[in-house]
Amino acid sequence: MNGVTAFFQTTGEIVRLLVESIYWCKAAVTNRSKVLQQMAEIGNNTIPPLVLISIFIGGGLALNSGPTFALFGLEAQIGGVVAIGLIRELGPIMSSILVAGRVGSAMTAELASMSVYQEIDALKTMDINPVRFLVMPRFIATILTLPILVVFSDVIGVFGGSVVAMLNHKINVPFAVYYQNIQETILFVDVLNGLIKALVFGIIISIVCCYVGLKTKGGPREIGVAVTRSVVLSFILIVLFDYFVTRFFVLIGFGYRFSV
Amino acid sequence: MNMRTENKDRTNISLESNYLQNSPVGIKIIKLNKFFGNNHVLNDLDLEIFPSETLVIIGKSGTGKSVLLRHIIGLEKPDSGKIYINGKDVNDPNFRMKHRLAMVFQSSALFNSLTVAENVALYLKEHAVFEVDSSIKKVVSDTLSIVGLEGKEDVMSPQLSGGMRKRVAIARALAMNPDLILFDEPTSELDPMIARTISDVILNLRKHVEVTQIIVTHDIDLAFYIADRIAVLDEGQILEVGTPKEISRSNNSLIKDFTATHLEREEGGTQV
Repeated sequence: MNGVTAFFQTTGEIVRLLVESIYWCKAAVTNRSKVLQQMAEIGNNTIPPLVLISIFIGGGLALNSGPTFALFGLEAQIGGVVAIGLIRELGPIMSSILVAGRVGSAMTAELASMSVYQEIDALKTMDINPVRFLVMPRFIATILTLPILVVFSDVIGVFGGSVVAMLNHKINVPFAVYYQNIQETILFVDVLNGLIKALVFGIIISIVCCYVGLKTKGGPREIGVAVTRSVVLSFILIVLFDYFVTRFFVLIGFGYRFSV
Repeated sequence: MNMRTENKDRTNISLESNYLQNSPVGIKIIKLNKFFGNNHVLNDLDLEIFPSETLVIIGKSGTGKSVLLRHIIGLEKPDSGKIYINGKDVNDPNFRMKHRLAMVFQSSALFNSLTVAENVALYLKEHAVFEVDSSIKKVVSDTLSIVGLEGKEDVMSPQLSGGMRKRVAIARALAMNPDLILFDEPTSELDPMIARTISDVILNLRKHVEVTQIIVTHDIDLAFYIADRIAVLDEGQILEVGTPKEISRSNNSLIKDFTATHLEREEGGTQV
């Protein structure tokens, strides 16, 4: 099978897995314990590093833009700049990349191991649909948890920016001014913008990582290969879809105060 | 254990009554062919398995035994040929599987995040066969007794030895109250003592449940110990089918080579 055929076959199979996962969401209530367990694992594995990353990203944003704004007497605008950057772009992307690396890799490893050691076949022989049993709880858990993590990341990142804005002698913006500017600048549609991206990225991470895991054949070495493949593919698709989703929002004027 | 257990819960009567009914299946395989790339693994294979019998399929490694088993249980589709279960073509678009087919995999295929009890009860829970948890617990307890693992319900699967994992896999298959059980190399990677334990478990299964059994193995001693009939597979075809006595008297040179070691031991009176 040549590369082009393989690309279209893989894309078709991933889309099919997505459709099946959405179909099996009807069994979410009866499988709620599995969904909740997955959500807890995502939170436990992601929140500590997310706090660290978010503080420093927010601080870095403030540090990069603050002194330049101060040159033009616009340092009071720093709160809005940091918040917009986090809420629209960096919060969703960094949270998603972290989830893909920590949680997505674990999903792939677990499902790949089950595939290699015939546990998926065992499910089929018991007439238990592997998508309902394994993929759907991970799918729902990821798309529910990732937006929450993004909001959490935004809040922590904004705080990180406020600390740098106050303490850096070239910026020197008090908390009150910083947060006042955020209130004046940020609209609900900005937050919605970031949350929709989180939803899209959550779908990508869960479906891609589960797909690669389920398709793994061979032995333990192939499990490691599958994990690497799923994480890299997730990263690429997150960045790609980030551009196209942003472009789409700009085209329809969703939350943008200007036309491009 | 009598799998036809009386249960007083009437709210889920149709699922439960369907589960409690048990009717061993007969299988007919006609001109089955399967290719993996250029490798012709199954080559115009014909085989008939009678209801309630224990058929052992023996052959050297790589002759297509496991592939045949996977076709019977529906994990593989043939390139040509037919498989009939109780006279119904399994590849017919209108075919609906009314029988419970269980498989014990070579690797046992237990779920490592579950306990022994959770593994055994998986089919019952996912299909909501019983409404009452106590009924599920009773089935789990009874099946673990059959395989000699009483009291191991709360042990996590990764903590089990190889022989225990195999027995849990058999218990999990039994808990389905199956009409057909397939065993893929049940004694592989086990020491002789544990292999004998597994053999005895398989041999004694029919005291507890009416079921057709198909065992695939290259262990000739196991085949002669438990089989009603033995089918010899070589290069994707069935060479001969017969009772253990008939196979031991076969004039086919390949079969003679294959059974030679076992027959020498039998003649020497060595305990197997």
